[in-house]
Amino acid sequence: MTNRRNNITEKIGFGILTLCLIVVVLIIVVIFTNIIINGHSAISWDFITKAPTDGMTKGGIMPAIIGTFFVTVITAIFSIPLGMGCAIYLNEYATQNMFTRLIRISIRNLAGVPSIVYGLFGVMLFVEFMHLGTCILASGLTLSLMTLPMMITASEEALKNIPMSFREGSLALGATKWQAIRTNVLPYAIPGMLTGTILGLSRAAGETAPILFTGVAFYLPYLPKGLFDQFMALPYHLYIMATQHHDITLVRPLAYGTAMVLIVLVFMMNLGAIILRYRLRKNRKE
Amino acid sequence: MGSGNCNDSENKLSTRNKLSLSKKVKEASIHGCFLFNGLLVILILIGIFALLVWASIPAFKEISIKEFLFSFNWNPTSYVKPSYGILSMLVSTLMVTIGAMIFAVPISIGTAAFISDIASSRVREIAKPVVEILASIPSVVIGFIGITLVGPYIAKIFNLPDGLNAINGSILLGVMALPTIISLTEDALKGVPKSYTEASLALGATKWQTIIRVRIPAAASGIIAAVMLGMGRAIGETMTVLMATGCANAMPTSFTDSVRTMTSAIAIELGEVAYGSTHYYALFAVGLALFLITFAVNLTADIIFNRRPKL
Repeated sequence: MTNRRNNITEKIGFGILTLCLIVVVLIIVVIFTNIIINGHSAISWDFITKAPTDGMTKGGIMPAIIGTFFVTVITAIFSIPLGMGCAIYLNEYATQNMFTRLIRISIRNLAGVPSIVYGLFGVMLFVEFMHLGTCILASGLTLSLMTLPMMITASEEALKNIPMSFREGSLALGATKWQAIRTNVLPYAIPGMLTGTILGLSRAAGETAPILFTGVAFYLPYLPKGLFDQFMALPYHLYIMATQHHDITLVRPLAYGTAMVLIVLVFMMNLGAIILRYRLRKNRKE
Repeated sequence: MGSGNCNDSENKLSTRNKLSLSKKVKEASIHGCFLFNGLLVILILIGIFALLVWASIPAFKEISIKEFLFSFNWNPTSYVKPSYGILSMLVSTLMVTIGAMIFAVPISIGTAAFISDIASSRVREIAKPVVEILASIPSVVIGFIGITLVGPYIAKIFNLPDGLNAINGSILLGVMALPTIISLTEDALKGVPKSYTEASLALGATKWQTIIRVRIPAAASGIIAAVMLGMGRAIGETMTVLMATGCANAMPTSFTDSVRTMTSAIAIELGEVAYGSTHYYALFAVGLALFLITFAVNLTADIIFNRRPKL
């Protein structure tokens, strides 16, 4: 009797847990299909390659795509070396002590700092103190601070996966510590680092709040020519088209189109990272 | 950690082989570079805090801390008497966050339990990246979905003129908190020793009973930490609430009210405010309050996580 009741409870319980996963998957499916169904008709060659025209009611989003690309590149230039450096310190040089504990606590807390607070910090430090003004460089720097914790965690994970024997072999042959790291650790860790790096950059490419006051522009008739120019960005463009434009209903299709380009861009970056990681795992198992 | 080992072997080596001086200097300076790199992370965190405090000081010269913390009235542009109370924003932030947790927590724990304990390895291989994809969707896209998809449904169900309110914000923030809570809860469940599960099954408990009464309680502190981190994420989220909650500047009385959270207040007003005005610095003070709240939440999560019984 109790056995049968237990069996029924178990079936119901498992059913509920399965339902939870189904709900999560459904949410993703709904988001993607909604954007793609409404957005695909706006996508055309002109939409990708032309600038907005007629008070942003017509034309394309090319300046926003270019702006997002450049700001992501700047983010990568600053955050990848700093993230890797910190990870190398934590995993290769540091011993477990108060100082490294403090570093780890800082990393975890930086990861939890709201993106708008990074924006405020960027305004104060880069725009005002360093007199960069609102520009693509200030935005890139702000975004690289925001992605730094992700970069460090991912790089450290990759370093941890390199067997100790790789380092020992090199040291035993008389290499210095840095030589051992450079020749026997880093080359094998870099693909793993790359995975986390791509994920971090995809986050940066989709972020709006940190660039809001540090350099992104509503509309620009020209492309950024240097590091000290303002720029347009895809996520901010979507925000404007969805809420700030003077005729929101008229530009709704363009907003959907922008959302689709953004979501596809970020999805591709993530998919790339996931495939790369899957391959790495498979190689390691073999 | 392997780093300790590595250091020892290197120390022995360097005493045995006499390295040339220039090599030693080079090694030391490389070590120094990486050490500085580690130090930089601490400096950034302290820098954020210090700069926010520094930028808030001019505001607190004009505004009393008592008014800032305990007044419901945020009206910096009033011609009569500007007021700077953050309490209504704070309540709005807490409202959407709690609303988000109400449905995100059960779904996340359920999904994590399914992925870690029930799913076949093939389902797991697919489910985990899918959850990651959800984490990757930019917040501005989620906000857009809130306006175009969630909003109209809410308006219809609750018979409102528009669906931009606290419920909408809660639903979207809940969706955004899902991946964080799911993946951390799954890690916590994975950390429960096999012996617990085996003992429970050997005593005749069903798999379901084992999950509910043994595995989830054993992972409780990890799960609580996961929920807190998800909460921290929700408190600090900007674009989604900016787009989907309507941002009315008033004390909310119910979940169908339009709310202006701390994050969206900064995002809206910093663009319009005169540089160097009290209002300008007051927004940095709001940022400081936001920083302190998320810092406290994250630190608590950290402490709970590290205090968990080492199994």
